[in-house]
Amino acid sequence: MKVILLFVILTPLIGFLINGIFGRWTKPFAGVIAAAALGISFILGLFPIISVLHGHVVEYTYFTWMPFKEVVIPFGLRVDYVSAVMLFVVTFVSWMIHIYSNGYMAGDKGYARYFSYLNMFVTAMLILVLGNNYLLMFVGWEGVGLASYLLIGFWYEKSTASDAGEKAFVVNRIGDAGFIIGILYMVYYFGSVTYSNVFPRAEHVLGYGSTAATIIGIALFVGAVGKSAQFPLYIWLTDAMEGPTPVSSLIHAATMVTAGVYMVARSNAIYSLSPIAQEIVATIGAFTAFYAATMALTHKDIKRILAYSTLSQLGYMFIGVGIGAYWTGLFHLMTHAFFKGLLFLAAGAVMHSMRGLLSIDLMGGLKKYMPQTAAVMVIASLAISGIPPFAGFFSKDAILASALEMGHPIIWIVGEITAFMTAFYMFRMVFNVFYGEEKVESLYHDLHTHEAPAVMTIPMWVLAILSIIGGWVGIKSGGHIPFEWFVAHTAPTTEVAHEAHYSEALLMGISVTMGLSGILAAWLIYIKKIITAEKIANMFKPIYTLLANTYYADEFVYCCIVKPFWWLSTNFLWKIVDVIIIDKGMVDGAGWIAGRVGKGFRLFQTGFANNYAYWMSLGIILLSSWYLFVKII
Amino acid sequence: MTGYLVVSALLIAIGATGVMIRRNFMIVLMSLEIMINGAGLFLIAMSYYLGNVSGQVMFIFIAAVAASETAVGLAIAVMMYKRKKSIDINDFSILKK
Repeated sequence: MKVILLFVILTPLIGFLINGIFGRWTKPFAGVIAAAALGISFILGLFPIISVLHGHVVEYTYFTWMPFKEVVIPFGLRVDYVSAVMLFVVTFVSWMIHIYSNGYMAGDKGYARYFSYLNMFVTAMLILVLGNNYLLMFVGWEGVGLASYLLIGFWYEKSTASDAGEKAFVVNRIGDAGFIIGILYMVYYFGSVTYSNVFPRAEHVLGYGSTAATIIGIALFVGAVGKSAQFPLYIWLTDAMEGPTPVSSLIHAATMVTAGVYMVARSNAIYSLSPIAQEIVATIGAFTAFYAATMALTHKDIKRILAYSTLSQLGYMFIGVGIGAYWTGLFHLMTHAFFKGLLFLAAGAVMHSMRGLLSIDLMGGLKKYMPQTAAVMVIASLAISGIPPFAGFFSKDAILASALEMGHPIIWIVGEITAFMTAFYMFRMVFNVFYGEEKVESLYHDLHTHEAPAVMTIPMWVLAILSIIGGWVGIKSGGHIPFEWFVAHTAPTTEVAHEAHYSEALLMGISVTMGLSGILAAWLIYIKKIITAEKIANMFKPIYTLLANTYYADEFVYCCIVKPFWWLSTNFLWKIVDVIIIDKGMVDGAGWIAGRVGKGFRLFQTGFANNYAYWMSLGIILLSSWYLFVKII
Repeated sequence: MTGYLVVSALLIAIGATGVMIRRNFMIVLMSLEIMINGAGLFLIAMSYYLGNVSGQVMFIFIAAVAASETAVGLAIAVMMYKRKKSIDINDFSILKK
């Protein structure tokens, strides 16, 4: 088992090295190598998962990574009830997307490079998920950040793509700083960063409600905010859509952005000690869920709608882990990976056959040309809208019901309103793209629009099936919910003093009503056209403008953060610190001093042997008298 | 004993002064020899005083080295004279350049 677990990580790493080093020669079958590596990794990953299902947590230490005097950091891997879920989701969804990429990226000149990056991403993500200490998680955390940067800027000839990559990297850095601070605090208090060392002692060392727990919780959450694109560090995610669509699907929807949720669920022992940190996590989550959903309402670019939707769904996950019902956050993480991965893949299929066109204004009636894509898109949209029996219903309902039960009625209300908006914007997209009549005459004929090849549709159908049945592990059976029971071994739900009880049927009814009314509203506006979208936009002109410009967040960041920083850099750091202090003062100064000193010493170098003899004798006399002087004293 | 030490110190001082102030290369070489002999005298005196022969052995080596050194020095003097028709060391200040 020890070797198997190691090879779960090594297989994609080997795939990365093969395609990365020999890419020139492996180009024709780079995709096959990468997908095969992931397939092997997935199958090997099933062994530890099965072991965990039998109740044995798998943990191995391979070697001592950083032996400091007091703090010893091992290189070890751990599969417990939380990381087993992540291991399954990451390897399986990645595998599907690797297969899909074979079709999507066919003919691209960076074919081998693409697959080597993709394998590198999975390696880093698995280190993040399987590492048995925070520092190893941090290594994976940075690794996925690097892979994300490389893949966003994959088409680096496009300046928007490379700019978006840089933006993602810089914004993530802010979060990473928080994460490091959290880790350092942990070293300070625990003298260790290994999970099995920190969590059992957390209550004893930190104490319930202590400032230390709050500080660690908030610092770690800052890291999560950066990686999982929560307010206010969400601005990089929508620009990240410049990358290839399978990348958006894998990294910016299914796996990497959920790392923050995983980290909070992983650190449950610390968050459960700090009600303040939990409150902050849940509030930011709820706010982002609502805020991002409003922006998704007005966008016309399929991928951007999905990107805002991802932000919003990540917000839901943070509500789940923030209120202390960690299993609900992980549950939504899993179902979201299935249906949002699928939505992006379907969007990619549309983009593929539309030669890169993405605006929903140009499409319509696409169902006739791409029946399979349309079908999986509808399944995924029903899942995200929370319609039973699709996966999203169970996870979203679990989060909202837990929020209400654990005493957060406002978050519940916000969540329900967001659920309505989610259903509305998803079906706005579906109806505009696949139903109704064609908006641009003979566009499809000119572009030879056709159904995606089987290598793309099969992974989509697999994910579609999981988008239907993936939520069924959340159905109550035998008095408990299987998924909750499973995750609670590692991440038990925080206990609340006054747990409120509501009728489950009533809560489910409200959730379903919200979803259905959102779909109905979209149907009335975009299919029945009882009122056109333009009319509504004109009725709420100021709000529409605000939303269409995404709350001017980018402009705000530009003029309030980038510009002052720029000014400071130009006028102070460049013109004063660099030019005057460093260049003139230190660089030129060092030469100037050496020159002066040399000029002084040149006077001694007369070239006359007598003078040299004179100075030498003087030196001998001085040295020996100093020696005698010291000796005597 | 003191007499030997004083004489050796005097020899070294005379030699050093000669090296510093004389310009004739031959005289400079001679002064160097005087300094070496001063040091040699010191070694032998101390060896006698301490009853240890290693000082005397060392002087035999020094005498051999001094002979070869003088040979080299004289060869340099010949070359200097060939070049500039002079053995005044102030004519040879090319170390400055």
